[in-house]
Amino acid sequence: MHFFPEEASTFARHVDSLYLFLIAVTAFFSLMIGVLVVVFAIKYRRKSADEVATEVHESGVLEIVWTVIPFGIVMIMFFWGARVFFQITRPPQNAIDVYVTAKQWMWKLQHADGHREMNELHVPIGQPVRLTMASEDVIHSFYVPAFRFKRDVVPGRFSVAWFEATKPGKYHLFCAEYCGTRHSNMIGWVYVMTPADYQAWLAGGAPGETLAASGAKRFVENACNTCHGDQPGARGPSLTGLFGRRVQLSNGQTIVADEGYIRESIVNPQAKLVAGYPAIMPTFQGLISEEGLLQLVAYIKSLSAPPPAGAAAVPAAAPSQTPPAPERKVSRP
Amino acid sequence: MNTPTPSSGQRVHYLNASYGVRSWLLTIDHKRIAILYLIGVTVFFAIGGIAAALIRLELLTPAGDVFQAETYNKIFTTHGVMMVFFFMIPGIPAVLGNFLVPLMIGARDLAFPRINLLSWYLYIIGGLIALWAVVHGGLDTGWTFYTPYSTVYSNGWVVVTAVGIFIAGFSSILTGLNFLVTIHTMRAPGMTWTRMPLFCWGMYAAAIIQILGTPVVAITILLVGAERLFHLGIFDPAQGGDPVLFQHLFWFYSHPAVYIMILPAMAVISELVTAFSRKPIFGYKFIAGSSIAIAVLSFLVWGHHMFVSGQSVYAGLVFSVLSFLVAIPSAIKVFNWTATLYKGSVSYQTPLLYALGFIGLFTFGGLTGLFLACLGLDIHVHDTYFIVAHFHYIMVGGTIMAYLGGLHYWWPKISGKIYPEYWSRVSAWVIFIGFNLTFFPQFIVGYLGMPRRYHAYPEEFQVLNVMSTAGASILGIGYLIPLVYFIWSMRYGQDAADNPWGATGLEWQTSSPPPTENFEDTPVVTGRPYDYLTGRGEEAAVG
Repeated sequence: MHFFPEEASTFARHVDSLYLFLIAVTAFFSLMIGVLVVVFAIKYRRKSADEVATEVHESGVLEIVWTVIPFGIVMIMFFWGARVFFQITRPPQNAIDVYVTAKQWMWKLQHADGHREMNELHVPIGQPVRLTMASEDVIHSFYVPAFRFKRDVVPGRFSVAWFEATKPGKYHLFCAEYCGTRHSNMIGWVYVMTPADYQAWLAGGAPGETLAASGAKRFVENACNTCHGDQPGARGPSLTGLFGRRVQLSNGQTIVADEGYIRESIVNPQAKLVAGYPAIMPTFQGLISEEGLLQLVAYIKSLSAPPPAGAAAVPAAAPSQTPPAPERKVSRP
Repeated sequence: MNTPTPSSGQRVHYLNASYGVRSWLLTIDHKRIAILYLIGVTVFFAIGGIAAALIRLELLTPAGDVFQAETYNKIFTTHGVMMVFFFMIPGIPAVLGNFLVPLMIGARDLAFPRINLLSWYLYIIGGLIALWAVVHGGLDTGWTFYTPYSTVYSNGWVVVTAVGIFIAGFSSILTGLNFLVTIHTMRAPGMTWTRMPLFCWGMYAAAIIQILGTPVVAITILLVGAERLFHLGIFDPAQGGDPVLFQHLFWFYSHPAVYIMILPAMAVISELVTAFSRKPIFGYKFIAGSSIAIAVLSFLVWGHHMFVSGQSVYAGLVFSVLSFLVAIPSAIKVFNWTATLYKGSVSYQTPLLYALGFIGLFTFGGLTGLFLACLGLDIHVHDTYFIVAHFHYIMVGGTIMAYLGGLHYWWPKISGKIYPEYWSRVSAWVIFIGFNLTFFPQFIVGYLGMPRRYHAYPEEFQVLNVMSTAGASILGIGYLIPLVYFIWSMRYGQDAADNPWGATGLEWQTSSPPPTENFEDTPVVTGRPYDYLTGRGEEAAVG
């Protein structure tokens, strides 16, 4: 029988070491208490019905000792756990991007080059993968036990997380947050490949257009370009070079323009106004699907990157495709 | 109400003081209300237990082949709602607490006897409403009601169940209030705070949480209902709400709620360990103080349920360190109980077997809680069977062992009868073994990555699930045995002496079962509690 899942990411070894340390502490204290209880119960068992116990004076020193020792041990656990946690929560700069849309009850994954997958994710070893995740309905949770990695996908925001796979193989992808009837069918596989295999996989299968190109189409479909089109005297701020830059807001704050900020500016434009521009942008809440939002973000990101060959210039208006509104059902009180 | 019937020369006590259904349903005697609660929690425990059996049946095989997915989801929700809100939270306080708090402090009744009866009716009405929802199609949100699933997407009876829980919540608030006022104002002459039994300290600490925490969950559950009916946009992101806000509000109560379950359990254990070691409890002030420390800290740790939800990294750090700190007062209790056995006169009667079982399960369950407080590790085990195993060890292993231990210990006082010693020992062992067999494999399958609330699961997890189901079958038998012999003993059991264990404590100074007014004369307390060595103290002072 196995006691550990495969160790297939850079986190796995650290999490398992921490786990073993906690198991050692648990085993030690459980055995200590267990043995003491059994030994005392046997050694001091009642020998006659009118037996009187021996007086044992309370000991302040003992109370302090068994307060301080557990305190020291849990502080070691805390700092060690926090170190591993920091590693898990800080995506490195050189990660490749994968965009995840969760919905009842499937995972849709989009690669930057336009490859799309359903309940399957192909990633190379030795390369950090940054997930930008959105949910179209309820809370889901992206969980790969072999990576010791999990992150809730909360609707109404992007959840950003990362991992780096280390061992080629096929690993479970689970939804870990209960999400309704077919929760346990919201599962899939992560295929971890050597860089060569991964390149071969990328080369096979026509990806269609890149994600940024899809985003560029949506940019035009939704007429974003009429205000954010970089033309002189435009009503909205330019988006070129926006991603990752500090933005001066009308309330005096400055914030870094990340995925979350861009998303919020589309669905709730009045929340954070750029200094010097009037509050005239309408909300796109409910008008653009989560997948569409991810594509728009990918497009706006691409406006900040050094232009790769054949990347997104704003194309001519494509036939408009309104994404179906997410199904919402309330049939009983 | 009928008049007492001492015709056969029988002593009049609270059970035979009057007869008839009305004399029970309109009683304001805390002891009779405790019996009413005992019946109520037993029924809800049985319903929750049947649901648990069905869950384990489905999980015997990897495929979801016994029930449809939606049915399975309703079953585990029923299990959670019934066990948490209608068994665990009222369990020890409402049954044992109701019966014992006035007796232990030498009072005639609780401070507000009519409110006490009202609490029982609120509990039953709330429970019946929740049960109505189960029968009429059920609820599939899990007992945690996470939004926006519960407020927008679920097809179940969310609002009806929420109303049931809301009403039962007031029962809990009123019971807590009653205990708090009673302990403050109605202690017998000489019963200073440091002479008060540790059971009452535990009830006091739990009452603080019941009063301060329950209103928050009541409001939260009301908001869920309101959002579902009127689309308010509090938690639903499509309307600008925040689903994680729900989690903060929910766990602000529901984490302390586990201490509403475990503090009274610890309180019972403190009584059992001293009584069956015939020795003063080691570190009285540390055990009493640690109850209060747990009650206070329990309100500051709720964020550890949200380490992977995207809350700020720094909030995660604060909640992690605070969660680790809760472990310390719990550890202090375990060490003090163990030290109490040292050089004692230990008698292995059934209540002690349960108490030692509690120490084992609670120690292990508590230590595995550290895994979940630990940020880096929680990322992996969060929402897996590891968590399921952990909270069952603490809440079920802990609370039920203590509840049953306490029920055995005070059964002679409650019923005036002796339960069968042999079968009660068998039940303690069967439950302990069955429990470990059920839940230990779940730690392993959880670390391997099996998520909780899965109707079907990958084949490699089957062996551990089969072990768990086998254990659950044993556990189920273990719970049935006491049910049978307690009922049997009420009719056929031997009459109990007033103090069959030779224990200290005012409740043992009155007759078994006690008269309606508890004590013929108000007791006066002159010594420290648990004074087993000199044989003086409370005992000598009574009368």
